[in-house]
Amino acid sequence: MARRRNLPIVVLALAVIAVHLLAAAAGKPQYLTQLTMAGYYSLVIVGLTLLMGYTGQISLGHAGFFAIGGYTSGLLCTYNLHASSGRALVSLLHAAGLLVAGQDLYGAEILVVRPWVACVVALLVTIAIAYLVGKPVLKLRGHYLAMATLGFGTIVYKVVLGSSLVGAADGISDIPAFPLFAGLAVTGKSALRTQNYYLAWGLVLGAMALLTNLIHSRVGRALRAIHGAEDAADAMGVDTARYKLSMFVLSAGLAALGGVFLTHYNGGIGPSEASIMKSVRYVAIVAVGGMANLWGALIMGVLLNFLSLRGSFGSFDDAVFGLILLAIMLFAPDGLLRAEFVRRLPGLRRVFGQKAEP
Amino acid sequence: MSLLAVKDLCKRFGGLQAVGNVSFTVAPGSIKALIGPNGAGKTTLFNLIFGSLLPDSGQVWFDGKQTDGWKPHQVAAAGMARTFQHIRLFPKMSAWENIAVGRHVHSRAGFLASMLGLPWTQREQRAVREKALEIMRFLGVAELADVEGISLAYGQQRIVELGRALACEPKLLLLDEPAAGLNMRETSEMAKLIARIRDTGVTVLLVEHDMTLVMNISDEVLVLSYGEKIADDKPLAIQKHPEVIKVYLGEDDA
Repeated sequence: MARRRNLPIVVLALAVIAVHLLAAAAGKPQYLTQLTMAGYYSLVIVGLTLLMGYTGQISLGHAGFFAIGGYTSGLLCTYNLHASSGRALVSLLHAAGLLVAGQDLYGAEILVVRPWVACVVALLVTIAIAYLVGKPVLKLRGHYLAMATLGFGTIVYKVVLGSSLVGAADGISDIPAFPLFAGLAVTGKSALRTQNYYLAWGLVLGAMALLTNLIHSRVGRALRAIHGAEDAADAMGVDTARYKLSMFVLSAGLAALGGVFLTHYNGGIGPSEASIMKSVRYVAIVAVGGMANLWGALIMGVLLNFLSLRGSFGSFDDAVFGLILLAIMLFAPDGLLRAEFVRRLPGLRRVFGQKAEP
Repeated sequence: MSLLAVKDLCKRFGGLQAVGNVSFTVAPGSIKALIGPNGAGKTTLFNLIFGSLLPDSGQVWFDGKQTDGWKPHQVAAAGMARTFQHIRLFPKMSAWENIAVGRHVHSRAGFLASMLGLPWTQREQRAVREKALEIMRFLGVAELADVEGISLAYGQQRIVELGRALACEPKLLLLDEPAAGLNMRETSEMAKLIARIRDTGVTVLLVEHDMTLVMNISDEVLVLSYGEKIADDKPLAIQKHPEVIKVYLGEDDA
């Protein structure tokens, strides 16, 4: 049982390696760049799948959490504290080793927050905001929850678009690499392309392992019970408000993690990452993957994000995702990888069907 | 000492007095039935006892604790379980998983331990599944373990919902019309089942319209009419109670 559950993780790990070898053999190493980015977007998608598909709570504001993570980290890593280096707080942070001094392209002195500190702060900020937003908002259901989270997403978008502190419409650029260990850094430099590909997918693998465990646990069952009949779950002793909030915060944290890493990888972030169309795209991918189907969402997420990042949809990018959402809701509300025609193929069903097992 | 004591419970919905000054007790190990014409306030009373509704005034004492104002999940953790008049199974979960949710308060794996898949959580999982299957055998529906809630026949759904409540190992079991929609044979089986559950030491409070079931298995019967208690006595005495006959049985004949 536990072994069967780990099988997809192993298959995914092998697929990650196979794709790398294929890309190398085909002489298209640049594909790995888009696949790395798609990997980071996948973190948002798998978290949202648990929130929407399993717990039954929609969010049209997850691009907001992604952006809060990315922007917070980006801002902390680029905001020059040199002018205020005499202040007590700044000196204290500097003495504690949380800041890093250097010079910019023109030789001016700069003093910024260390990337790992920025990453931790970004995650904590996102988690705190998700908690504060989720606490009142998750009392709402259905359309009302969708509209309230849409409102949150709109606020984040308009704030980053309108704040000169974070570069307004230009966003933040020249965000430094995020050094991790043994010479590995989150950066878009092509010398580190392969390493970054494996780093991104290592994170996705880790997230998938944790989330598949969660689905098949007491907590996962409680979350699905909330989706099925909230009052009955409550009557069985499930603290529904707490479980919904925890899942909301967890999925927001995963979105922020994706946001932080992608921002350092790209070396910048712009307001489009916070746009409503991004949130709609995430929801569309969860739907096309089959809602309560973690693996389906991951596969569709990588596929669609990869095509989108390759520019396959041209300037109709957002329209394509809108069309996907429309078509899925009309013709295959259970998702493509779950639709009846797949059910007739027992092999495929075994791979994608999320039949709960002990 | 009574297991459940309701004191002067009141609930208004706008101008309607749904429950007015109702007081009663349920003795441990007994079956008490709550009857009354449609709209008498039976389900409202259930919801007040379970915490699904807040009373306007009055008290609920359960197992020595004052539980009015508690949320349902807190009441459940204190040892009360319920079924619903309109069956509330988890439609996309299999029968055994539905019942396994009933083990929630008796297991403890949280988000972190579950995500890490710690060995003790897996042992706990196996124990939960074992218990769920044991309950299904007790109810005689073991063969339905892997059937999704939504695919179960109506009578089977009632049984599985009952099993889910039993999985809580409640001290007090609230059954809201357990025989509603069941045919005569199923109803008599349900009556036997409820008596067997009582025999395992579970106290039962039930709302039911089927008078044969009520009179056969109840130790005491409480009669509500327009939200007010009009009688609370042994089944035989209830059948002869003039006011009960008037509001409950005699109205159509008048």
